[in-house]
Amino acid sequence: MNEMSAETLSVVVEREIPHPPEKIWRALTQPHLIEEWLMKTDFKPVVDHRFNLRADWGAVDCQVLAVEPNKALSYTWNVTRDDMAGLKSVVTWTLTPTSTGTHLRMEQSGFRSDQPRYYQGAKYGWQKFLANLEQVLARLD
Amino acid sequence: MHAAVPDALFKSLADPTRRALFERLCREGEQTVAALTARAGVSQPAVSKHLAVLKQAGLVRNRHEGRQTHYSAQLAALAPLIDWTSLMHGFWQSRFDDLEDLLNRMDQ
Repeated sequence: MNEMSAETLSVVVEREIPHPPEKIWRALTQPHLIEEWLMKTDFKPVVDHRFNLRADWGAVDCQVLAVEPNKALSYTWNVTRDDMAGLKSVVTWTLTPTSTGTHLRMEQSGFRSDQPRYYQGAKYGWQKFLANLEQVLARLD
Repeated sequence: MHAAVPDALFKSLADPTRRALFERLCREGEQTVAALTARAGVSQPAVSKHLAVLKQAGLVRNRHEGRQTHYSAQLAALAPLIDWTSLMHGFWQSRFDDLEDLLNRMDQ
């Protein structure tokens, strides 16, 4: 993880879910269920297991880092591209039981070494296009 | 070493007709040149020319099936333009929605 220290960025999504951790754990770890909400996969909840997540737009290369049944799960999430830098990241799921179900937290941390962030919003007229695009992307499987 | 990539992307998406074609492919998925032309407001040769520019920038991919050419958007090509965190945030929000749908359908 040393290589991630320089420019680590992360995305956190948290939600209160009215279902018990055990049930969410199944959805996070059983391939036929993962396929229904994320992507097709050959995931196994075994540390060091390598797996892919596959979608129309390509594949994500992953490796299981940690498995703590009904509590925590983490795996690498690497996207490789031939013609440009990809994304190296780690996805960590944390399940915390609550009185009404589960507090589910997903954190994806990683970096893009050559991220030309100055491009973002730097040119007039691009903001709206990118915003529209994000909405489109958010709806994609 | 990838400096040329964003320039090619910006140039190819700077044209409003091209941008509209690309947005349609993003929104509606793979389409034939004929289907794209029907709603593009320009001639088929013009649409083909725009698609060739998008293809050169890596934004679309084509495949031939019989006499038809099908085009699809290559979203990963946009990566240099978008901070991956905002991209992934939208992605995960949407995945959480589908996860909740699934949980509601699952047996205990």
